[in-house]
Amino acid sequence: MTGVTFVLLCLAGGLGATARFMLDAAIRTRVTATLPWGTIIINLTGSFLLGLLTGIATAHALPDAWKLVVGTGFLGGYTTFSTASFETVRLMQERRYGAAFANGLGVLGGATAAAGLGLWCGGLL
Amino acid sequence: MTVPAGGEAGGEAWGGDPALPIDPDVDVEDVATGTPVHLRPALIALVFVGGAAGVAAREGLCLAFPAVNGISYTILAINVVGAFLLGVLLESLARRGPDHGRRRTQRLLLGTGFMGGFTTYSTLATDTAQLIGDGRVGAGTGYGLATVLVGAAATLAGIAVGVAAHHPRGETA
Repeated sequence: MTGVTFVLLCLAGGLGATARFMLDAAIRTRVTATLPWGTIIINLTGSFLLGLLTGIATAHALPDAWKLVVGTGFLGGYTTFSTASFETVRLMQERRYGAAFANGLGVLGGATAAAGLGLWCGGLL
Repeated sequence: MTVPAGGEAGGEAWGGDPALPIDPDVDVEDVATGTPVHLRPALIALVFVGGAAGVAAREGLCLAFPAVNGISYTILAINVVGAFLLGVLLESLARRGPDHGRRRTQRLLLGTGFMGGFTTYSTLATDTAQLIGDGRVGAGTGYGLATVLVGAAATLAGIAVGVAAHHPRGETA
């Protein structure tokens, strides 16, 4: 990886984190629900998009820089594991075990399926 | 009875503080300035800088310790360590006081920004999906489950450290 690619990757990561911050807040002000839908929607859409990008990259030999900047950088900064894990534990602490299970293992299954769908679509494009 | 105009903080006990919004999730400063937290440029900049630094740290570690046989133990370790550190950070910030000023700066820069950019869900999901797609169902399922379960334990441990740090030895709550 060149120095320029690394700098672009970091800037894209900052943009991804900013997009997550603003989208999460926008969802939270509109949806009052029992699950942290902001983080869930962000992680599901980010997982689908990384799967799609990886599928396209594999099928069409996309330059590595694209995967690094958009995938590792932007989508890596956009999605987050630490907040998802914290929200799961908070649900457990509130004894809302069904919601905690859905937020932990349900989202893992959903995000893996979304990434798989993305990989499949990317291969078809 | 006269009520002071503008409503001093900690006002009438029976009527609540008229300056405070009804919705507890609404930031008091949003009411004062009319701009929600997530639309203020200075706070967005904190998340951007923290996020860029977190992504740089993650990529640096991934370059130093590449995936072995399709499984990135580095991403697993990053997600678990990030979950632990976010637990420590958010618990100790919450115990130090309301989410304003320096505490909010630290939460947005280090939590939402750095830990959010350092850890990642998209790579976890895509790696898991690729392992399962390659027929390595056990490896894929194990990788995903290990991350989520050990991550939750790490978050709990982080919160416990945040609690302990707030109550030094000999001091009772």
